[in-house]
Amino acid sequence: MDVESYVVSNSVTLGLVLACVWVARVVGREPIWRDAARQLWSRRRLAIVVVALYMTIGLVDSIAWKGGIPEDVVDVLPNAPLTLLDRAFLGTKEASYSAPFASVEFYGAEALKRPGQHPFGTDILGRDVLYLSLKGARVALLIGGLTSLIAIPLALIFGVGAGYFGGRFDDFVFFLISTLASIPGLLLLIALIMAMGRGTLSVCIALGVTSWVGFCRLTRAETLKLRELDYVSAARALGVPELRIVIRHILPNLAHLIVITFVLMFSGLVLSEAVLAWLGIGVDGSWGQMIDGARDELSRDPIIWWNLSASGAALFVLILAVNSVGDAIRDVLDPRTLKDSS
Amino acid sequence: MSRLLEVRGLQTAFPSATGETRIVDDVSFNLDSGEVLALVGESGSGKSMTALSILRLVPKPGRVIAGEIKLEGRDLLDFSVSEMRRVRGGRIAMIFQEPMTCLNPVVAVGAQVMEAIGLHDQIGQVDARARTRELFAEVGIPDPEARLDAYPHELSGGLKQRVMIAMALSTRPEILIADEPTTALDVTVQAQILALLSDLQRDRGTAILLITHDLGIVNELADRVAVMYAGRLVEVAPRQELLSNPLHPYTRGLLRSIPALSPPGVRLPEIPGVVPSPDHWPNGCRFSTRCGERFEPCAEIFPEETAPTSDRRVWCHAVDASSRDPEGEAL
Amino acid sequence: MSTEVPPLLRLQDLQTWYPIREGLMRRTTGWVQAATDVSFDIAPGQTLALVGESGCGKTTVGRSILRLESPQKGVVLFEGQDLLELSAESMRAARRRIQIIFQDPMASLDPRMRIRDQIAEGMKSFGIGVDENDRRARVAELMERVQLDPATMDRYPHEFSGGQRQRICIVRALAVEPRLIVCDESVSALDVSIQAQILNLLRDLQDDLGLSYLFITHDLSVVRYLADDVAVMYLGKIVEQGPTQRIFEAPAHPYTKALLAAIPSIDPMQRGGAPPVMGDVPSPSDPPSGCHFHTRCSVVMDRCSREVPPLFPVTGTNGTKGEQGRSRCFLAEESESRSLG
Repeated sequence: MDVESYVVSNSVTLGLVLACVWVARVVGREPIWRDAARQLWSRRRLAIVVVALYMTIGLVDSIAWKGGIPEDVVDVLPNAPLTLLDRAFLGTKEASYSAPFASVEFYGAEALKRPGQHPFGTDILGRDVLYLSLKGARVALLIGGLTSLIAIPLALIFGVGAGYFGGRFDDFVFFLISTLASIPGLLLLIALIMAMGRGTLSVCIALGVTSWVGFCRLTRAETLKLRELDYVSAARALGVPELRIVIRHILPNLAHLIVITFVLMFSGLVLSEAVLAWLGIGVDGSWGQMIDGARDELSRDPIIWWNLSASGAALFVLILAVNSVGDAIRDVLDPRTLKDSS
Repeated sequence: MSRLLEVRGLQTAFPSATGETRIVDDVSFNLDSGEVLALVGESGSGKSMTALSILRLVPKPGRVIAGEIKLEGRDLLDFSVSEMRRVRGGRIAMIFQEPMTCLNPVVAVGAQVMEAIGLHDQIGQVDARARTRELFAEVGIPDPEARLDAYPHELSGGLKQRVMIAMALSTRPEILIADEPTTALDVTVQAQILALLSDLQRDRGTAILLITHDLGIVNELADRVAVMYAGRLVEVAPRQELLSNPLHPYTRGLLRSIPALSPPGVRLPEIPGVVPSPDHWPNGCRFSTRCGERFEPCAEIFPEETAPTSDRRVWCHAVDASSRDPEGEAL
Repeated sequence: MSTEVPPLLRLQDLQTWYPIREGLMRRTTGWVQAATDVSFDIAPGQTLALVGESGCGKTTVGRSILRLESPQKGVVLFEGQDLLELSAESMRAARRRIQIIFQDPMASLDPRMRIRDQIAEGMKSFGIGVDENDRRARVAELMERVQLDPATMDRYPHEFSGGQRQRICIVRALAVEPRLIVCDESVSALDVSIQAQILNLLRDLQDDLGLSYLFITHDLSVVRYLADDVAVMYLGKIVEQGPTQRIFEAPAHPYTKALLAAIPSIDPMQRGGAPPVMGDVPSPSDPPSGCHFHTRCSVVMDRCSREVPPLFPVTGTNGTKGEQGRSRCFLAEESESRSLG
C-alpha cells in the first residue's frame, strides 16, 4: 500500500512535468500565445520567479525513493520512502521548541543537536519549521492544481455543452447550477468530506464539486455569445461537424478565460483549505493546518510566534504572487487587445 | 456670419512603439455661426478624433499635443476642467452614431433630457418637464407627453436618435457636433433625421460640425466640406464646388467609387490599395501610396496649402504645380 | 426571370418565424414573423439582390437557405433538391455548393486561428485536396486570385485591414467551390473606396467562375451595380420583385419608391425635399394588419388595412415585354385590370 503510493506520486509528477514541457512547446509555436507569454514575463518577473520557486519546492518534495538513510538517523522508519526535501532535512529534529537561530532549547535550555541551524525555529515536537513550511508548498499546489483539474473540465463540459447545444441539456445544467448554488457552500463541503472520509483527494474532490458553478455560468454565457458569431456560422456553412466547431472555434476562444480562472481559482482554493483546516477537516501537512496548530502556541508564555509567522508568510507570498500573475494574465489575454490592433 | 470656432494646427497623438503617432496632424478649419461644415473621411482618417479633440474628450492615453481651438477667440485648450464642462453640452453639444448606447437603459428618456437641462440651467422640475415636452415636439417625436416616461428600449432607433438630438439641443448650443448621426439608422429613417437636422439648423441658426463618411449625407446637409485622409486635411471647399469639381485626387477617387454614380454594367473605378495604418504613413502626401497621379515630390514632401479660389483650399503637389508658375515653386 | 434554364435556386413560400417564449415553462406566447411566403428564383450565373431595412427578414431568408435557421415551411429547391428535406448529413454535403459571406469580416474570422487554417478548414471537411501541401498550394492560388499576398497566409486575422479580411472571407467561401454565394451585407461595413474594390472582385469572380449571388443589402446603390434582379422585403414579406432596371426606373410598390427616394443623392444640384415616408418600421412580432406597409404608406386606401394584398404581376412601363416582376400592392391590381380592360 505504502509502496504503491510513492510510485504513483512519482509517476504523476513525471507526467505533470512532461505536460508542462508540452504546453511550453505549444505556447512557443503559436505566435499569439508566445507574445502573451513574453509580455507576461516582462510585466511580472518577480511574481513568476516566486511561483516557479514554489513549484520547484513542490517538485523536490514529490520525488521519493526508499533506502539511503544514514544509520545514525533514528527519527524515520528505515524502510520509509523519503522525498528529496525530506532527505535534505534528515536529522534536523530536536527534542522540543527552539527559537529561530537559537543554540539552546526554548524552554528547557538544553543544548540543541544543531544549534543556530533552525532559521524559523522548531515546533513542539522539535520539527524544523522551515522544513514544515516548505513541505506545505506541495500540499498547497496539490490542493489548488488538482481541484482546478477537477472543477475546470467539469465546468467546461457543462458550460460549453449547455451554451452551444442548448435545449434540454441547457435546462438540465441550469437546474443543476441553481440547485448547487442554493446550498450553502461550506455546509456542502463539510458534508462531502464527511461522506468520503478525510484525506487530500477527498478534500480536493469536495472543493472541486463546490467550486465549478461560477466558472460554468461564465463559460455558458461566453459560449452563447461565441455561438452567434459569424465565424461559427461560417464554419457550419463550411460543413464542419459540430463537435469540431466546439474544439476548433469555441474552446480556443475560451482559452483566456480558462487560464485566468485557473489562476484565480488556485489562490481561492488554497485559502479555502486554510478555512477547512481551521474547522479541523483540512489536509495533513498544509499551511492551513500549521496555522490552526499555531493557535494554541500563541497562548504560551513566552509566546511561540515563529510557527504562525512562517506558515502564514509562506501562504501569503504564494497567494500574492499567484494573484499578481493572474492580474497580468488578464490584461495580456484580454481579447480586446488582440482585436483593436491594425 | 461671424467666426464661431477656429481650429488651427491641431495635432492629436497616441503613444506608440516608436514614440507618438499623430492620429490628427495639422488640421485647421473655421466654423461660422449658422453654418454646416462636413468633415468627411474613411475609417481611420481622424475625423472623429478631431471632433473629440475639440471637446477635449480624446480617450486616454491620447492627447492634443499642439494647436489652438478658439471658441469666439478663447482657446478651449486653456479652459479649466470646470469651464470645459460648462462648454460641453452647453455651448457645444454632440450627438453620436449609436443612439442605443448613449441612453441609460434604466432611466426614462424624459428624465434623461431633464437631467441634461438641470446641469446647465437652474430651473424647477415642472419647467424642465415642460421644456423637454417642447423639445420632443420640436424634434418630431409623436405624442411627446407620453414619450417623456418611456424607457429607451420602448423606442425605435429613429426615435432614440430624436431623443438624443432633443437632449443635445436642450441647452441651446451654438455648435452641434454630429458624429455619423444616421449611420446606424435605416435609409427611410435617415432621410427623416437629415430633414430634421436641416430644419433645426435653419430655424435655430445652430452651427453644425457634421462628421460622416457618406458624401450623399454631405450633399443633403453641408454648406462646406473638409475632406480628411490619414489624419490630414486634403481638401476644403464649398459643397457644390467640391462635388462638381473635386481638385484632390483622393476626393475625385472617393466620388467616382460610389456605385450609384456609375452606370449599370460598367466596372467601378476603384482606389487601389488600402489606407495605410498610422505607423506606416508616408513622409510626404499621405495619399501618395495610392494616388494615380503621384510624381517626384509626392512621397517625400508634404504639399503646401494652395488656395485655387478664395474659398477653397487643397493640399496636393499636382494642384500646387498647376496653379503656380514653375519658377515660383517653393518647397 | 425570362430564362429558360432551370433555376439554380428556387424558393417557394419559405416561412421562418421565431417563437417568443416566456415564463418558467417557456411557453410560446407569440411569433416574430421574420419571413413569410418568400418565393424567388436565382438562375445560374445571375445575381438576385434582396433589399430591405432592418427587421425586414432579409438576413433570415439568407440563413434559412443554408439551414442556419430552421424554416417552418416552404421549399428551398437547390439544383433540383429540396434542402429542407435533407438529412443533417446530406445537408452538410450540400453546403459545399452554397456559401455565405457576412457583414463584419472581423466577426466572421476566428481571431485565434491562422487564416491559412481557416481557409483550408472547409476543404478539409469536404475532403478537397489530397494532403496538407496540396491544400496549402490551393490556398495560395486562391489568395492570389483575390489579390492577397500568399506569403501572409500564416498570419492571424487582426493583422489585416477590413478590406483584406473581407477578401479572406471570400477566399474561404471559394475554397469549397460553391455555385451560390449568399452575401449578407458583405460590403456594408467597408469604406467606400474598399467597397468598390470588393464589388469589382465579386463581379470578376462571377464572370470567371459562373457563380450566382444572393446579395442581401440595405443599400440600393450597390444593388444597381451588381444585381440582375431585385426583391424588396418589408416586415417579412417580399413587396416587390423584378428586373433591376425596371425596379429603379419604374418602381411599382410605394415602399420601393420611398426607399429609392430616401437615398441621399450626391448630385450637387439636387438636395433637400421632404422625407418620402414618416415613422419607423413596426415590430415584426406584431406587424400591422392587411398590407404591412399601410401605416406608413402615402397612398393608403381603405382596403389596405383590411385585406392582405397578394403579389400582382407588374407589366413594363412600355407594356410590351410582358411581365416585369410582381408587386404586393392593390395599386398594381388596378393598373393590371386597366391594362386588361
